Amino acid sequence: MDFSFPKEYQLFRRVVREICDTEIKPLAKKIDREHEVPSELVRKLASLGLMGVPFPQTYGGMGGGETGYCILAEELGRVCSSTTTVVGAHIGIAAMSIHLDGTERQKQKYLIPLAQGKHIGAFGLTEAAAGSDAAAIKTTAVRDGNEFVINGTKVFITNGDIADTIVIMAVTDSSLGAYGGITAFIVETASPGFSIGSLENKMGIRGSSTAECVLQDVRVPKENVLGRFGAGFLTFMKSLDIGRASLGAGCLGGAQAAMEASIAWSKLREQFGVPVATKQAVHFMISEMFVDIEALRSLVYRTAWLIDTHQPHIMEAAACKLFGSEVAGRCSNKALQIHGALGYSRDCEIERGWRDQRITEIYEGTNEIQRIVIAANLFRPYGVRIPT
Amino acid sequence: MDLRLSEDQSMFKRMFADFCAKEIRPHGEHIDQAEEPPVELLNKAVDQGFWAALVPETMDGCGLDVYTYTLMLEEIGRADMSTAVTLAMHNSLVVKPLLDHGTGEQRDRFVAGLAMGELLGAFALTEPGAGSDAASLRTAAVRDGDSYRLTGSKVWVGNGGLAGLFLVFARSAGGITAFLVERGTRGLTVGYREKTLGLRGVSFNTLYFDDACVPADQRLGEEGKGLDIAQQALNYSRLGLGAIALGACERSLEEAVRFSMDHIQFSVPIAQKQIIQNYVANAKVSIEAMRGLVTHTAWLADTGQDFSQHASITKLFAGHTAFEVTNKLLQVHGGYGYMKEYAIERYYRDCRALEIIAGTSQIQQYLIARHIYRAEGLEIRP
Repeated sequence: MDFSFPKEYQLFRRVVREICDTEIKPLAKKIDREHEVPSELVRKLASLGLMGVPFPQTYGGMGGGETGYCILAEELGRVCSSTTTVVGAHIGIAAMSIHLDGTERQKQKYLIPLAQGKHIGAFGLTEAAAGSDAAAIKTTAVRDGNEFVINGTKVFITNGDIADTIVIMAVTDSSLGAYGGITAFIVETASPGFSIGSLENKMGIRGSSTAECVLQDVRVPKENVLGRFGAGFLTFMKSLDIGRASLGAGCLGGAQAAMEASIAWSKLREQFGVPVATKQAVHFMISEMFVDIEALRSLVYRTAWLIDTHQPHIMEAAACKLFGSEVAGRCSNKALQIHGALGYSRDCEIERGWRDQRITEIYEGTNEIQRIVIAANLFRPYGVRIPT
Repeated sequence: MDLRLSEDQSMFKRMFADFCAKEIRPHGEHIDQAEEPPVELLNKAVDQGFWAALVPETMDGCGLDVYTYTLMLEEIGRADMSTAVTLAMHNSLVVKPLLDHGTGEQRDRFVAGLAMGELLGAFALTEPGAGSDAASLRTAAVRDGDSYRLTGSKVWVGNGGLAGLFLVFARSAGGITAFLVERGTRGLTVGYREKTLGLRGVSFNTLYFDDACVPADQRLGEEGKGLDIAQQALNYSRLGLGAIALGACERSLEEAVRFSMDHIQFSVPIAQKQIIQNYVANAKVSIEAMRGLVTHTAWLADTGQDFSQHASITKLFAGHTAFEVTNKLLQVHGGYGYMKEYAIERYYRDCRALEIIAGTSQIQQYLIARHIYRAEGLEIRP
């Protein structure tokens, strides 16, 4: 048992933190206010190799594995959740699904430019009537010669409007249901028939766009079927499973930043003739934040280790997302309280953190779905099937 | 013990509910997004008596008892929290202390304007260095013949941008003292408006007093009695915020119930899922507990009993509960709950203010504990 990070990861974290503190943190308020992560910033991250951290170097990545990716997500989470979300959707689900299930040709054509950050990725699963119930999607892909013709509308798609490559889940045989009837396709957003509908006006992560993606007779070559035909559900489950560890890492960074800001502020702020840092109510809130954060840190990096060493990790990854988002919720809420009225002001980064974190309890499988995933896996050995 | 509403109270409740549903509720989303205080709507509310809730009928007010006043705030809160908080601050924090502590002359001079929608009231206590520790305020009031000269600054003054009359607390020779200060007073500048997480239709402003001249006959109560006046007003304010939280949670439950019946996942409305039923049931329990506290505290006030501890209990419970309830009911909405076109997104942000304004939850805890220990003969410090 050795809980220390290898040298190269320590160095990587130092480099990433430096970039986050100098390049991203000063922009975070503007990103929230202007609803955009500047494309120059994304290019900058790409030039440093950060848009492909977990992937092998042979595919344009950094070879950092899940552990490296979690370090990146944690450091981004400390300074700007909008940027974490843009990078997370790109790496964690879009490029990851191609990395996991792509053919060699698909990896050459799509994964490499994604990992290099020359292209931006998105993942198109959710529909208006298919959120938690992902199997209820209505988008169809119909075979036509050597092509498939895709029709349907995806909603709440992170990066939808800035993506070059989007992985789309579509029904290929409605008689077969989730397993067998749904196929994943790699779609180039420049394809005729692909368009962006409305953009959502959200409470937080406002710099990360959430788009409606409309596919009208979009033709993709049959070579762009990702994974086995009819096994799209497995592709997205695998990608999402892994993605959940890094979501927990992003929450870890946000929670840590909230705690550090609370300590700093409570030392500055005087009431009743003393810094509020001397008050027990503040001590208790800060201590509880610390316990939450340390438990989350252990969970996240242990799960990353499970993934990197190819061990079972579904429940642990779900726990990262579930526990991580709740820790981020509790910590950002306590931080707001410690900051008092200032915390309720949009002049204060705590306010932004509070809004930003709330989505983590919802996206990429609500926390209710995470609980169902964990329960289903726990009961399975006993022969109990959990209905959704 | 009879908890039924009287005929008058029932009539008022129906009237409040009708007006709020028709005139206020449709504007909630716009008020939040435009971040504009709903001036037109507030003017319409004058005819409903919302500006004169606690003003006696002998002074052409509504003469509501405190309980009926909480029914009013509950209904406004159900329609829009910014509007509710604006009117609660006006009634609880300015009109009420003027009625309770003002001279006959002061009432004659200001009550009609406050009641008829000409003067909106604002309460100016908090300072940059004096939030929870209000007693450390520094704004100075120096006696100068027939007037006082006020110098200092106030922050987070609710209604500051709109108010015609400010109730200002400043330190004079005799201690902390309350003053009625009109907008337009030379030396008074209304400054920076806070950009807030929620309650975006409320104008929270900074006030600057630069040797502002306030006639001595606009001092409210005696010199040195300012904090007592503020505490009494805050008791009404805290009870009122409890009533607003109640309305906000009822609205949030209504939104979540409707959503859970309409939203189909796994081939059934999500209302059929046990976890959704649990969230909804727990919200209802919290709402009824809150109603019990608000009703009990209003009864203490209406029967002339000391309700200061109960005002703190109500505010503490309501603030915490409103956060928990709106948080879970947002979760019922899933991704939609994070989108601004759904009311729950706004209510969740609005309700978060309730653990901060009119004394943070930590201050309420201190005040409640102080009551407990004082009864045992021990004075505690915050």
